[in-house]
Amino acid sequence: MAPQSPPKATLEHSQSASGSATADGFQEEHHYRSGPLRWLLTTNHKEIGSLYLIFSLAMFMIGGAMALVIRLELFQPGLQMIQPEFFNQMTTMHGLIMVFGAVMPGFVGLANWMIPLQIGAPDMALPRLNNFSFWLLPIAFTLLLSTLLMPGGGPNFGWTFYAPLSTTYAPPSTTFFIFALHMAGISSILGAINIIATILNLRAPGMRLMDMTLFVWTWLITAFLLIAVMPVLAGVITMMLLDINFGTSFFNAAGGGDPVLFQHLFWFFGHPEVYIMILPAFGIVSVIIPTFARKRLFGYASMVYATAAIAILSFLVWAHHMFAVGLPLVAELFFMYTTLLIAVPTGVKVFNWITTLFRGEITFETPMLFALAFVVLFTIGGFSGLMLAIAPADFQYHDTYFVVAHFHYVLVPGAVFSIMAAVYYWLPKWTGHYPDERLGRWHFWLSVIGVNLLFFPMHFAGLAGMPRRIPDYALQFADFNMASSIGGFLFGFSQLLFIWVVVKCVRGGVKAPANAWDGATDLEWTVPSPAPLHTFETPPDLRDFKFH
Amino acid sequence: MTPVQRTVTKTLFALMMMVGFTIALVPLYDVFCNITGLNGKSASQPRAIVSGEIDESRYVTVQFITRTGSGLPWRLTALDRQVRVHPGQAYEVRFAFVNHGKTASRGRAVPSVSPSEASLHLRKITCFCFQEQRLEAGERLELPLMFQLARDLPENVHSVTLAYTLYPAADDQLSSSVIALTQGGGA
Amino acid sequence: MRKGFALAALLAGLSGQFPISHATGWNMPVGVSQVSRDVYDLHMIIFWICVVIGVVVFGVMFYSLFRYRRSKGAKAAEFHEHTTVEVVWTAIPFLILVAMAIPATATLKNMYDASEADYDVMITGHQWRWQYDYMGEDVTLFSNMSTPKAQIAGTEEKGEHYLLEVDEPLVLPVDRKIRLLTTSADVIHSWWVPDLAVKKDAIPGFVNESWTRIDEPGIYRGQCTELCGKDHGFMPVVVHAMEQEQFDAWLAERKQAAAAEAGGVDREWGLEELVERGEKVYATVCASCHQAEGQGLPPTFPALAGNQALMDDLDRHIDVVVNGVSGSAMASFSGTLSPVDIAAVVTFERNAWGNETGDVVQPADIQALIAP
Repeated sequence: MAPQSPPKATLEHSQSASGSATADGFQEEHHYRSGPLRWLLTTNHKEIGSLYLIFSLAMFMIGGAMALVIRLELFQPGLQMIQPEFFNQMTTMHGLIMVFGAVMPGFVGLANWMIPLQIGAPDMALPRLNNFSFWLLPIAFTLLLSTLLMPGGGPNFGWTFYAPLSTTYAPPSTTFFIFALHMAGISSILGAINIIATILNLRAPGMRLMDMTLFVWTWLITAFLLIAVMPVLAGVITMMLLDINFGTSFFNAAGGGDPVLFQHLFWFFGHPEVYIMILPAFGIVSVIIPTFARKRLFGYASMVYATAAIAILSFLVWAHHMFAVGLPLVAELFFMYTTLLIAVPTGVKVFNWITTLFRGEITFETPMLFALAFVVLFTIGGFSGLMLAIAPADFQYHDTYFVVAHFHYVLVPGAVFSIMAAVYYWLPKWTGHYPDERLGRWHFWLSVIGVNLLFFPMHFAGLAGMPRRIPDYALQFADFNMASSIGGFLFGFSQLLFIWVVVKCVRGGVKAPANAWDGATDLEWTVPSPAPLHTFETPPDLRDFKFH
Repeated sequence: MTPVQRTVTKTLFALMMMVGFTIALVPLYDVFCNITGLNGKSASQPRAIVSGEIDESRYVTVQFITRTGSGLPWRLTALDRQVRVHPGQAYEVRFAFVNHGKTASRGRAVPSVSPSEASLHLRKITCFCFQEQRLEAGERLELPLMFQLARDLPENVHSVTLAYTLYPAADDQLSSSVIALTQGGGA
Repeated sequence: MRKGFALAALLAGLSGQFPISHATGWNMPVGVSQVSRDVYDLHMIIFWICVVIGVVVFGVMFYSLFRYRRSKGAKAAEFHEHTTVEVVWTAIPFLILVAMAIPATATLKNMYDASEADYDVMITGHQWRWQYDYMGEDVTLFSNMSTPKAQIAGTEEKGEHYLLEVDEPLVLPVDRKIRLLTTSADVIHSWWVPDLAVKKDAIPGFVNESWTRIDEPGIYRGQCTELCGKDHGFMPVVVHAMEQEQFDAWLAERKQAAAAEAGGVDREWGLEELVERGEKVYATVCASCHQAEGQGLPPTFPALAGNQALMDDLDRHIDVVVNGVSGSAMASFSGTLSPVDIAAVVTFERNAWGNETGDVVQPADIQALIAP
């Protein structure tokens, strides 16, 4: 996903090998260490961005492998491969790794790389903090993965870890799960502080907030969401820790606590969290579509306002995850109405993207293909979201595969496709080479077919009555599950092609000019490709620059 | 202070506010539940009887359910399992606690009211659920619950179910102090 | 209306023969109560609204993608804002949403109707079985999945109702309002029958309420829908709805059976009959955690076979089964198993898998521990 060799200081230093000795050139220039220590101690936003992206890709593959274990078991009715206790660990770890290990760090990696380039800043505002927030992640996830080897196994209570299944009834490794999540949370908070400080202070002279690209805007709003809700997650898991190890009863009815309180707190974090995973995707798509339609983004201002509106509404809808928990009628109505309301700003975004395409001059390079698939498939996920918002109908949909289909549509062909679109879009800037267009198209079409074969049948399985998180199912769900499993393997193995495209692009390929895409107008395309290790050390002169 | 430091300070301040807010959410949730009756939590404090006319035009069935959580060798039995009362009428029912264990132990009955909107209109004048009980080995204890359904109980509520679940009392000093600290006594 | 699922039909065609009845297939069941029919209608209305919006939006999108390709010589236009258009496409979705919310609100209000019920049933979720108490009738049922292990392991052909069959279904009369109270003895479960459109979480320490009125006699199947641990996938819900007369007869029969059961407590039981009965109880209630051969799944579920500490202490063994262990997955069985069953299962555990204590636990002794 990212260049394996460090970005070269200048074009002259470009070498095609990914070897470790290539750092010599700028060791003299910038007094960098060589070897692994260099990566451990780097404070350069491009290098840290690459580290984040490589980490995210590794987690995507690990989480994906777990998904394939799940799909393999569900290929046919009956228990063939694994036992229910391990199945539950797989669903839990798959969710945790994809959310906290793959999607969030993927977006943070893109933010690290591209925000300074898009606002004309020399680096992030707090480079050493940046290094620290990255290196927390590998430690956190090594710890999380190691719980699988502990007695009693790893976390097995779903990524939503509802109490008391995750407290009184949890395996002994749960304390380590809590520590791992704390570390990942601190990493996110520090990353968010850094991003806010960078965007608010380091913009090139002459760049107003309303001149920023949508990617920067959505990340600014996402960072505020992170600041607002990560403490809530930290609070929830701390209460779990106290309940498990210190005899408190926050979530234990026996001691006067309340298991429903857990769900309120979790979803007060959890719903903004799902927007944390989709707002940067909106930003990416809003940058890519105008480039390949060769037309300014339609309704820039309304895009910004819609993003802000979605972020604010995200604090008022959490209990729509809890319609079946026994809320009073008034609460059900309130959360149904607020949830429906979110469709308005989201609709505005979709209409804006489509109007940007209207009367454009469209070409279909790989990043554009992924961005267009995002618009269509994310909208399908939005439709099922609208259906889920209807509280009376949600009593039928809740906790079935219909929900699984819904959130995978918004997260896989939504968030994940947007990250892939971004990688194809910015690889020329990162490596100085175009990604292989033919392989990219193969990757795209296999992914699109795979992802739909994987997730579309889940709608039907859910409507027909298949609950989520079950290791075995009744016979009437067999065909849907077989189709899903085939789609899952197709999608999963297609990602090996993605890795190959990225590696190939890092090693060589068609040389890219500074402005790699002829419709691209943002600031990052004014620096050479590959971007030198240090850019905008003197702020760019933006007097004649045409913003978005 | 550089502008970056100023931004970071402000952000850290916002972060601390959210941490504080999260801690405050726990007692706030309890207050919210007590005000709205959310979740069928009934008040944990005795309330005075409200004298006034009894609404003889309608009856409400009040059912009592008892269950025992794990780890306590006690039985809790509702001696009156179902009563029909008029709104406004104060009524006393009795419950029997028995300790079948070989040692003395402490337990607490945790109440839940359904439908949850009724919990606002259920006034408990005396209830064994307000405090822990201690029973010697083999002891049997009959305790009263005196309650009144307020006259403003919504017209559409015809039956109210009161469930009591017996749990061992937390004997850990730390845990009770943390609960007291964070939950203001709890339900 | 189902004909609209073109993609579904395509998929069904791809994946072979597909039974399409109102209970199975690829859409939500219409169900057998007024509420379930209302919910189904609501579901279809929203589905079709989404289809129409989708056709319009994707229509414009694909039109643009075909019409304005550079390869067809398109030249980009300049516009990038239009206030009127933007206001219109904010307002129209809002109005559509209001139109959606009106019928949804009406249905929801009906679902929360608290008018007097003919029968009250208390549903308690256990890891991993359902308990049904007919309140005021002194009848209690335990509903365990009855699909044999061999079918799950694949050594035996799977039956028609694989994983959706139980030993004791919840029996209900038709055309009566049934109030369903839901709670749990351990973790959170969720009781769901799609044909009734009832899904309610069962939460330990709290009671939730819902209701149904079934129109047609029949057998309706559902499952637990909240992850509740290892055997979450193996705790089906089966409702058997029958005419009032049949239901009355059934209820009377159950009451008699309960009385007969209580009679068994007083007599002296022999080792063999207790072991025989205990083996069955163990298989339905204990084996999911402590495993078929008593080997357990340490550290969460301790082994019983060769557990010397337990075998040396009969009182402790009885105490754990009767009262459970606080703060662990071991539940109290005093309220869920009869004294005979508890005596039988303890006797069985003490005389199986190499545990040869020879202890016989008499139901009367257990009765003394449980009786109020």
